[in-house]
Amino acid sequence: MQTPAPVGYAKATSVSDALALLKKHGEDSRIVAGGHSLIPMMRLRIAAPEALIDINDVAELKGISIEGNEIVIGAMVRHAEVLSSPILAEHYAIFREAEKLIADPIVRNRGTIGGSMCQADPSEDLSAVGAALKGSVVIQSASGSRTVALRDFHEGPYMTKVAQTEILTQVRFPIRPGAGSAYEKVERRVGDWPVASAGTYVVVSNGVVADCGIGLTAVGAEHFCAPEAEAFLIGKEPTEENLSAAAQLAADACNPFSDQRGPADYKKHLAHELTLRALRRSAAASQGA
Amino acid sequence: MQITLTVNGTEYTRDVEPRMLLVHFIRDELLLRGTHWGCDTSNCGTCTLWVDGEPVKSCTMLAVMADGRAIRTVEGLANGAELDPIQQGFIECHGLQCGFCTPGMMMTGRWLLDNNPNPSEGEIRECISGQICRCTGYKNIVSAIQWAAEHPATSEVTS
Amino acid sequence: MTAVEEVPLSPAGNPIGFGSMKRVEDARFVRGQGNYVDDVNLPGMLHSAILRSPHAHARIVSIDKSAAEALPGVVLVITGEMLAGVPRPSLLGDNFAWMPTLSYDTQAVLATDKVRFQGQEVAFVIAESKYIARDALELIDVEYDVLDAVMDAKKAMDPDAPVIRDDKGQTDNSITDVHGNQSWESGNAEATAAAIAAAEADPNCVVVTEQILYPRVHPAPMETCGSVAELNPVTGQLTLYTTSQAPHAHRTVYAMVAGLPEQKIRVISPDIGGGFGNKVGVYPGYVLSIVGSLLTGKPVKWMEDRSENLMSTSFARDYHMKATIAATKEGKILAVDVDVLADHGAFNGVAQPTNYPAGFFHIFSGSYDYPNAHCKVTPVYTNKAPGGVAYACSFRITEAAYVIERVVDCLAAELQMDPAELRLKNLIASDKFPYMSPTGWEYDSGEYEKTMRLAMEIAGYDELRREQAEKRAKGEYMGIGISFFTEGVGAGPRKTMDILGLGMADGIELRVHPTGKAVLRLSVQSQGQAHETTFAQIVSHELGIPPEDIDVVHGDTDQTPFGLGTYGSRSTPVSGAAASVVARKVRERAKIVAAAALECSPDDLEWELGRWYVKGDKERGKTIQEIALLSHSALELPEGIEGHLDATAVYNPPNLTYPYGCYICVVDVDVLTGQVKVRRFIAVDDCGVRINPMIVEGQVHGGLADGIGMALMELIAFDEDGNCLGGSFMDYLLPTAMECPDYELGETVTPSPHHPIGAKGVGESATVGSPAAVVNAVIDAISPFGVRHADMPLTPANVWRAVQGRPMRTDMAVE
Repeated sequence: MQTPAPVGYAKATSVSDALALLKKHGEDSRIVAGGHSLIPMMRLRIAAPEALIDINDVAELKGISIEGNEIVIGAMVRHAEVLSSPILAEHYAIFREAEKLIADPIVRNRGTIGGSMCQADPSEDLSAVGAALKGSVVIQSASGSRTVALRDFHEGPYMTKVAQTEILTQVRFPIRPGAGSAYEKVERRVGDWPVASAGTYVVVSNGVVADCGIGLTAVGAEHFCAPEAEAFLIGKEPTEENLSAAAQLAADACNPFSDQRGPADYKKHLAHELTLRALRRSAAASQGA
Repeated sequence: MQITLTVNGTEYTRDVEPRMLLVHFIRDELLLRGTHWGCDTSNCGTCTLWVDGEPVKSCTMLAVMADGRAIRTVEGLANGAELDPIQQGFIECHGLQCGFCTPGMMMTGRWLLDNNPNPSEGEIRECISGQICRCTGYKNIVSAIQWAAEHPATSEVTS
Repeated sequence: MTAVEEVPLSPAGNPIGFGSMKRVEDARFVRGQGNYVDDVNLPGMLHSAILRSPHAHARIVSIDKSAAEALPGVVLVITGEMLAGVPRPSLLGDNFAWMPTLSYDTQAVLATDKVRFQGQEVAFVIAESKYIARDALELIDVEYDVLDAVMDAKKAMDPDAPVIRDDKGQTDNSITDVHGNQSWESGNAEATAAAIAAAEADPNCVVVTEQILYPRVHPAPMETCGSVAELNPVTGQLTLYTTSQAPHAHRTVYAMVAGLPEQKIRVISPDIGGGFGNKVGVYPGYVLSIVGSLLTGKPVKWMEDRSENLMSTSFARDYHMKATIAATKEGKILAVDVDVLADHGAFNGVAQPTNYPAGFFHIFSGSYDYPNAHCKVTPVYTNKAPGGVAYACSFRITEAAYVIERVVDCLAAELQMDPAELRLKNLIASDKFPYMSPTGWEYDSGEYEKTMRLAMEIAGYDELRREQAEKRAKGEYMGIGISFFTEGVGAGPRKTMDILGLGMADGIELRVHPTGKAVLRLSVQSQGQAHETTFAQIVSHELGIPPEDIDVVHGDTDQTPFGLGTYGSRSTPVSGAAASVVARKVRERAKIVAAAALECSPDDLEWELGRWYVKGDKERGKTIQEIALLSHSALELPEGIEGHLDATAVYNPPNLTYPYGCYICVVDVDVLTGQVKVRRFIAVDDCGVRINPMIVEGQVHGGLADGIGMALMELIAFDEDGNCLGGSFMDYLLPTAMECPDYELGETVTPSPHHPIGAKGVGESATVGSPAAVVNAVIDAISPFGVRHADMPLTPANVWRAVQGRPMRTDMAVE
């Protein structure tokens, strides 16, 4: 079995402790949360950090709560908690739908929302969810904290705005009364990364789309979102024709590449089909169907 | 570094390299060889054991991360000579062939039943979907977990 | 003789004989007390890791291992150059750098000149821990001169193709078998060609040709391959704990490789975490652990990781098949011809009986009665991993069953005939058995139509077709796929079948102790098939001893007689027959002892389960347990009869056995995404008499999951540079519980007429029969889009592209 290279290890007790440890262990130290991306990479020796800062015991990074009109999810909240959270289920079906399709129940017991966001895999399902819902993250450093919109969060594949000396502490989502949301994914097999995924929310008011968000992953959508498609839908009736036209705009903006999961033309097609399916169900849910 | 943890009710203190994987700690340091391993990418679930009451793929956790926690392995399922219903279920329903994935499957099955005493077939299948079996085609594993659901017993960690 | 025959129960509640008794093995496995190779730890044992080639084809310019050797904890770093300097007094070469394959080719243990596939063994590190051994790999500096690689079998024989096996002085990439042939044919070429030509010219006939790929897949047992070698420097005794499906055959190969006296080699194959053919081959890692122990004087463990397993050990299939079928317009099959290009990788490591370089592929004529069939198989070298008998293939019968069942469906599509109706028109009739096939197989027994009609009844076939029509009208696409397969298993008659010159007969030994308890010693090796249970049942059936009173010993060459091992579904047909024969020998001996005790002639005795008694006086008799004690007692026995109640036997099968079955798969296809859901899977198997129906059904379940996996997701693909794209479980996808339906099984029982208990073997039946059912179902679902064929694996992308009329080449992952 593959084994990691030698590594240092320190257990953080608080966010400030973790930040101090990051500083102490220098630029080749890494935060480890669930470890379900980092440890396999270390075993395959794709990653070889000099030290790991374990934040599993940091209580302030846990829990799902509501602050004002935002849902706040701590960075250490595990996928299994996102999946089963009544707060999230009440406001957004998309969380449960997406989480049910992320990895498997055992991995979901360990993997965290903060870890998934920071790993920033170009096929990450939660990146599509976050972009669709126009969420934000809170990033803390020794000098304070800042909030970054998830649509500005990614700097490229596996790269985010979180600097070496910083920690992502929270993921926040605005509450939208009347919103319907949905997630659609095609995978080669249960538990696999997506061939393509799309997540959406729609608020239908007085028969027209008052607000909406579209997130896509694994299909080369810039910042995991489709702003032109969203703009197109605003003010329009959620008819099949309009939803399909929006989905087409979303697909047109994607730039997928061919790999073992499928050729680019197929992924582009899926970007349309899955966006359309998610929009249909979101709009129907918003209208109480 | 020195870690202290509880495995199947017994406390162990050992000095380990931080890089040591939990599965290797359990197998090579504590010589509990019922926990197997089958891949390098956290896909197969052969190494599944419990950490603080939840199944975890022990190839994807460092032993140092388990410091202070309670581990339960396949060796901790039976109460002395008395098998846990999940173990009996695997025997009754022919839920195993080569036996390699079996410990991990049973640990997940036990956890499922502790949280959901009457799971549907679909819930069972989803719960074991992160674990690969090459022998049984899963049908009899599902039956084994159903058998255990129909023959409940306590599943407290035995010391 | 049927599976439902009532048998008495033992004091422990087990059937005395055949029936669904619980497995003896489970007691240790459910407690985590199995003993697999990685569980073996010997005092002073060292660990190891193999440095593997990152390139598919490259010349080794230099290897600098000094930094690795300097790492604290590293004991030894071995290279191919070093191996070439380790002399061996061997039958097959003069040093350790190369070893023989099971097909009379050679394979590098560690590369000396070139690397010939990505993942090939380049250096071997022995260290005090596996972590240090792995660390040391990073410190070995190999300079390669990268060469063009041959990744496409179709281009392997191009005049400008790079030559892979220049070590053998080859000038092209052809493979010559031990008989000197570069291709292998079966059947009647002229008659088949004539029949196809005649059909082409006949307006009342049709001819259909299809290119059908069975792509490269991997058996991927959950336990990877490994070994622990302990070569005692004082006694010269080698003990090798190893993941082997064939411990005795491996012992002989090691004797040849290492030049060690065979009586000094003990191969122990403990509990095996699944085999499926992966553990038939002899791999460089095993040999390296032996050499490592030889050079260090300590036990050395080698366990491959998952990527090593997928990238370097025995692949399966990789058959590019062109199939042509001719039939009348009424659907009577006239002839089938198959032309195969076989990709064997860089070393010809297939393990086939010597006289059958393409295995039993020539059973491709299938379950149908027609006069003309012919195949030609041409193997080539490519820059891929070697091997080729793996993944429950029954010596290439998997490819054979797939190609005929696929092309029959293509014919049905051409004729616009229901594929069930077409099959029923052509199945071999019951009164034709024993049936001589057009490629020379003598099928032993079968009632094919009965089996097929049972499968259709369980499936509710007509109702499914009605549902399909209704759904299609609504734009929903479900498919129904049928596969009817015949296997020839239980290799085999030693007159024609051997591997490396070792005839395929199996030895066995039975000892009945004075108290009537017995020990049976087997040559075959369980990898999950439960030999400890079923072989006890066979003896129980013959002698009436309760199965719990019979221990089965296997997996240790010092404790068991010679035999060829477990693969090709041969354990029950060969060693199972041996168990029956040896028990009957004991029964005959018991008769003589009983006669002496009862003071009568043996001819006066009658057998009932577990007891000899005097004809006409049922009260006067002796149980087998009483006879066991008597046979060890002072009882006077007839002249020439020694005491005791032990026997040995060697079973040389007179023919193969021919299990068969009919499978029906129902799928739902989302044509807009290409996703396939297997909704139902009906499997009716006829494997003759079932020793333990519970275990038989378990074997079928596992094979059905294999078929679903291969049909829908499993693939070892390569890019043009030779990078393996299926080298981890992230990309070599195996089915989970979510992809597998709740299988619906049925059975018919047509005993084998020549097997002592009428059993036929079942281990690979479902793996052989199921892929075609799944693929036929998917193609059936999307046939309204004009699709007649698409290659496995039918991933969502491939299904969608097929619906678009642009199916993909699946052996190259990226177009």
